[in-house]
Amino acid sequence: MKTFLHNRRAMTGLGLLVFFAIVAIFSSSIAPYSPTDINFTPMLGFSAKHLLGSTPQGQDIFSQLVYGTRDSLLVGVVTAAIITAIQLVTGVFAGYIGGWIDGLFSAVTNIFLVLPGLVLLIVITSYVSSKGLPEIIAVLAITGWAWGARVLRSQAMSLRDRPYIEAARMSGERRWRIVVAHVVPNMSGILLANFFGAALYAILGEAGLDFLGLGNINEVSWGSMLYWAQSGNALLLGEWAYLLFPGVCILLLGTGFGLLNFAVDEISDPRLRGF
Amino acid sequence: MRYILKRFLALLLTGWVALTANFALPRLMPGNPIQAMFARFQGKINPQAANALEIAFGLKTKQGIIGQYFTYLGHTLTGNFGFSLVFFPEKVTTLIGQALPWTLGLVGFATILSFIIGTAIGALAAWRRGGAFDSVMVPMGVMMGAMPVFWIGLLVVYVFAFKLGWFPIIGSQGGGQGLQSISGFAEVIDHAILPAITLTVVSLGGYIILMRNNMIAVLGEDYVKYARAKGVPSGVVAYRYAARNAILPNLTTFALALGFVVAGAIFVENVFDYPGIGLLLYQAVTGLDYPLMQALFLIIVVGVLLANFIVDLLYVILDPRIRTDGRS
Repeated sequence: MKTFLHNRRAMTGLGLLVFFAIVAIFSSSIAPYSPTDINFTPMLGFSAKHLLGSTPQGQDIFSQLVYGTRDSLLVGVVTAAIITAIQLVTGVFAGYIGGWIDGLFSAVTNIFLVLPGLVLLIVITSYVSSKGLPEIIAVLAITGWAWGARVLRSQAMSLRDRPYIEAARMSGERRWRIVVAHVVPNMSGILLANFFGAALYAILGEAGLDFLGLGNINEVSWGSMLYWAQSGNALLLGEWAYLLFPGVCILLLGTGFGLLNFAVDEISDPRLRGF
Repeated sequence: MRYILKRFLALLLTGWVALTANFALPRLMPGNPIQAMFARFQGKINPQAANALEIAFGLKTKQGIIGQYFTYLGHTLTGNFGFSLVFFPEKVTTLIGQALPWTLGLVGFATILSFIIGTAIGALAAWRRGGAFDSVMVPMGVMMGAMPVFWIGLLVVYVFAFKLGWFPIIGSQGGGQGLQSISGFAEVIDHAILPAITLTVVSLGGYIILMRNNMIAVLGEDYVKYARAKGVPSGVVAYRYAARNAILPNLTTFALALGFVVAGAIFVENVFDYPGIGLLLYQAVTGLDYPLMQALFLIIVVGVLLANFIVDLLYVILDPRIRTDGRS
């Protein structure tokens, strides 16, 4: 814990995350207008009334940006939680117990590992007729769990023969209890790092789907803002703010998760640490 | 030999799973997407083609689902993908044939370049761990990995093509003269630079972090410490002892990451209107052109699978431990 507080990258990542979490929770007080209000003069520049101007459709860019935080953060955290749950079964549990169950799960993992996830994501979403957040999150989770599962599996396998695990086994503890009480806690660092990595994947994936118009483009999100900016030729109209800021937000939130992923990795493996 | 055989069987298995998923997905989805597609294209394509499609998707046939599956396998393995709906009456195979070279060029260039640059930067950062270069490159690498590729593409277009006018805004060639003449070739290169750079930048971050962390792990090995202690010049230690061994695990990631680069290409081609596989897939997906989409998905999966298989073979040459199945 102390090393975490002293790690500059971890604190920067955490700071970014806390910032966006606050924005997401207090969206309605921070944003001056409703994000779907289209009653403003289109294509205004920066002003005190419209901090970042307005869109070609006459919406307030700043308000959209603030409300869009909710969508990205929610998708990132929920998808990462689901992915971690899948990985606990296919990676940690299977890796620990071994045998034919492990053989089966690792075969499935290897297949999903090689199938190009984002391409599969795009193909599956095109078949899904209703595209609410639950559908998008489900598809993101299905396509994004394999990499981490493999890393966790090899870690769980290496724990299997440690003396304290052996001791637990000898004292007659049940298999699932050993996994829950002894294996998982000793993998908490790598599990956490994986969680942050999965969140980063989910945020970029969802933004990408929204941008291609495969998500729910009528919902306010950073990705759908970029979709409307692109389809409305914001660039050629010189509306660069409409294009720049949603991307900056995705980049910053993604960097937050990415830095935490890197830092937790670094803390649980001290060799990676610089100073 | 056993290793190669095992990898080959894995290749076949994964290929079969992808084929089957391609068959099953539209049939498993709620709300029957196939019927929606037919409703949309009613009257836009000629009845004969519509009939052929309905048979291909198992709508107007007395075959059971198992029979349909084998018909599908037969068609796919003989390269019979039928007609595109959006670009009717073009054949799916013709469209893919035209698009494939553009994507191969783009993805190939970006993957190789980002692998080389990323590995070099990562190795240097690990060697001077904790130094100024390292502390700049790590957050840079993380940020590159968090960039939405389409957004970088749009910004690049805005700055370098639209504002500065250094490069053409969209497309792949000028007058469509292709590669026959020198000026045509120059046009092609001119159009490829921005999309290729975009794809390279986005792929770079992952390789920097990966190589840095691998290299640091290798630098802690006893043989590296021993080489240093016995006075081997540091350049030789860095390159021949550490970097070489750290690159090996990167190769696997290199192959697996291809899937991501191809996905990146979908976005880049969309932003730059670049006529490759990615743009075609986007058009197929938005136009509900399932025959084209299914074929494209298969082409991409087969490409990534083959690349992985080739890397597995390379491993045999590069890593003697695999050649001997772990026996020394």
